[in-house]
Amino acid sequence: MALYSEKVMDHFMHPRNVGVLEDANGVGEVGNAKCGDIMKIYLKIENDIIEDVSFETFGCGSAIASSSMATEMIKGKSIYEAMELTNKAVAEALDGLPAHKLHCSVLAEEAIKKALQDYFDSHNIPYDKKLFPDCEHCAHCE
Amino acid sequence: MQVYVDNAATTKMSQTAIQAMLPYFEEIYGNPSSLHTPGQKAKEALEAARADVAACLGADPREIYFTSGGSEADNQAILSAAKLGARKGKKHIISTAFEHHAVLHTLEKLEKEGYSVTYLDVTHNHNVDAQQVKDALREDTCLVTTMYANNEIGSILPIREIGAICREAGVLFHVDAVQAVGHIPVHVKDDNIDLLSLSGHKFHGPKGVGALYARRGILLTNLIEGGAQERGKRAGTENIPAICGMAAALKDACAHMEENAAKVTALRDRLIEGLSKIPHSALNGDPVHRLPGNVSFCFEGIEGESLLLMLDFKGISASSGSACTSGSLDPSHVLLAIGRVHDVAHGSLRLSLSEYNTQEEIDYILEQVPQVVEYLRGMSPVWRDLQTGKRQYIL
Repeated sequence: MALYSEKVMDHFMHPRNVGVLEDANGVGEVGNAKCGDIMKIYLKIENDIIEDVSFETFGCGSAIASSSMATEMIKGKSIYEAMELTNKAVAEALDGLPAHKLHCSVLAEEAIKKALQDYFDSHNIPYDKKLFPDCEHCAHCE
Repeated sequence: MQVYVDNAATTKMSQTAIQAMLPYFEEIYGNPSSLHTPGQKAKEALEAARADVAACLGADPREIYFTSGGSEADNQAILSAAKLGARKGKKHIISTAFEHHAVLHTLEKLEKEGYSVTYLDVTHNHNVDAQQVKDALREDTCLVTTMYANNEIGSILPIREIGAICREAGVLFHVDAVQAVGHIPVHVKDDNIDLLSLSGHKFHGPKGVGALYARRGILLTNLIEGGAQERGKRAGTENIPAICGMAAALKDACAHMEENAAKVTALRDRLIEGLSKIPHSALNGDPVHRLPGNVSFCFEGIEGESLLLMLDFKGISASSGSACTSGSLDPSHVLLAIGRVHDVAHGSLRLSLSEYNTQEEIDYILEQVPQVVEYLRGMSPVWRDLQTGKRQYIL
């Protein structure tokens, strides 16, 4: 379909890192079923490094592709590098998303941030709360 | 395998229709308004096409106005009836909650102009019954406008009964019959229809052409001003090839309606039976009064666009009422109107069949759809929550 780039279709048809990570120590879920997309990210962090990552997504093709790409982009990176991941970078790595699908890349960024926040909270690591999205009001649902 | 099951969106043209169009590109290309022989030959073709369309509907040829399609016909019918009503001080319209946007948006426009519209509830049997129309009638009702059959979920409305109620009350009755004409018997006189819209490309005719039936004596309001074409009610040189193609396709569809409907209904029922086996799924639309070619399901825990993309990859062309396919955040207003909640409406799939589909294609769909649903559920956090009891099943 010409709607999506080849990269999007590749990550949609062959998603990387899909499923549950049983020994995850940071988990984040964003979106809601009413809006038609939910993304859940599982992180396995050791010595500040994302040793493993996986996702589960309920949503359209670009939501699945965005989650897949985002997990690839943070795998093996430090948690500080992962904090820097932007939705723009995810969309660019996918060779672009249609305008009305950009919120899917936003969800991917937010899901990763939420998983990192979960890790910080459970490990009593102090952080600047302003850096994290308030997921009671996900941008894509407004 | 390539399987086209999106016939409610549009159909493949029939050879009959294509052949009927060809002479009007290079041989008989005159303007029907011209006095010379090539023009008059085109005029003859135009009037023959009008007679064919009229015959298929049980109408008089003078009651048929060619348009650019179903949407234009819907707009013109509703705006005309509204204007006639306003003249008598009647500005109330009755419709249903699951109409096509060509009707809904026209009604919204009228609401802004001071008309009031009652949208009938469609949650019971995913249909309306004639009594609902009767109960909604008011002193100032000028129009009842409903579809003959729903494009997304296939429910066939009790048109004849609604028509009888309208006739008795002296209220105009417009029917958007885009999905019905050529597929199920439609007879404007027997059905008590005053205004009816149809579209050429839903029954193997060409796109960009349709017709409006207006019972004799109903004054139409022009949407397009200009020449005196279509009895002065629709200006612009007639699209003769398309009109002839549509008329030929309709004549063909009506001549073979019974056998086509029997074939398509059998395919439909096999699909419905097979897809019903998918756990936590539900059929949308009236299970009994249903278009021969419509199969519409909701599958819990997945989203429709990804389902469509996967099926497209496997060669199956279908459609969905998911929000993601439309660019808006809300799923189909039809699915919401019949009572499907957002979460479930996002996971919808419509397969709309034609007589060109085969048993083998149905087998292929029945093999692929359950696999794709299972695969997508496998990566869905919603499905996991449903299975682990963190979320309650709706279907």
